[in-house]
Amino acid sequence: MSCTIRIRIQPQPFDAEEESKQLTEGRSDVGALVTFTGYCRDEGGTLAALTLEHYPGMAEAEIGRIAEEAAARWPLSGLTAIHRHGRIVPGEPIVLVAAASSHRQAAFEAASFMMDYLKTRAPFWKKEERVGDRDGDWVRAKATDDAAAGRWQKP
Amino acid sequence: MSLELRYFAWVRERIGSPGESLDVPGEVTTVGDLISWLANKDEGYAAAFAEPDIIRAAIDHEHVEHDAALAGAKEVAFFPPMTGG
Repeated sequence: MSCTIRIRIQPQPFDAEEESKQLTEGRSDVGALVTFTGYCRDEGGTLAALTLEHYPGMAEAEIGRIAEEAAARWPLSGLTAIHRHGRIVPGEPIVLVAAASSHRQAAFEAASFMMDYLKTRAPFWKKEERVGDRDGDWVRAKATDDAAAGRWQKP
Repeated sequence: MSLELRYFAWVRERIGSPGESLDVPGEVTTVGDLISWLANKDEGYAAAFAEPDIIRAAIDHEHVEHDAALAGAKEVAFFPPMTGG
């Protein structure tokens, strides 16, 4: 199955509904669409904003490689990944993954794989801006995220 | 060997620069050699590379391990573990 891959790295917000439409409109072969949107949360009212730094050029290339891998592993008709950078406040979306396929299992698994790999391999770094204290810390990478990505490794 | 170096997140902050063009001596042949060589430049570099094991590297926009050869590389980037998504 040929899979249409769309990757965007951008500072502005995105419209998940519009992106979903692009994967399904005018097609009769799509039986399943899984979309995941990751949001900035306020950490119990203590987080004022996140600033996402990225590596221009490599971010597009690496997410493209991850998407190609997903398209090779699951029968997808379309795969979209959008990742924002810059300053993002709680309640705003950060990342979108949308996977379309004939069947749900491929769509669910491909979206999950994309997110696990985006978190651990896409060159983005989050810096926190705490309420009342503009100098926050860099978010630390979590071992649980590495473990989540590791479960997709082939034996 | 002339290399374009790029630094991100707290590696960039500790070095105090987003990147630079550097002439690297011939005995520096791997990513790991480059980290050791940079760590000796000044206090900022020493702080950035104080725990070399956690530093991630990329050559020409692809992730590499510290034993990767620098031969043929144009751009080498150093950064902490990624926290996107």
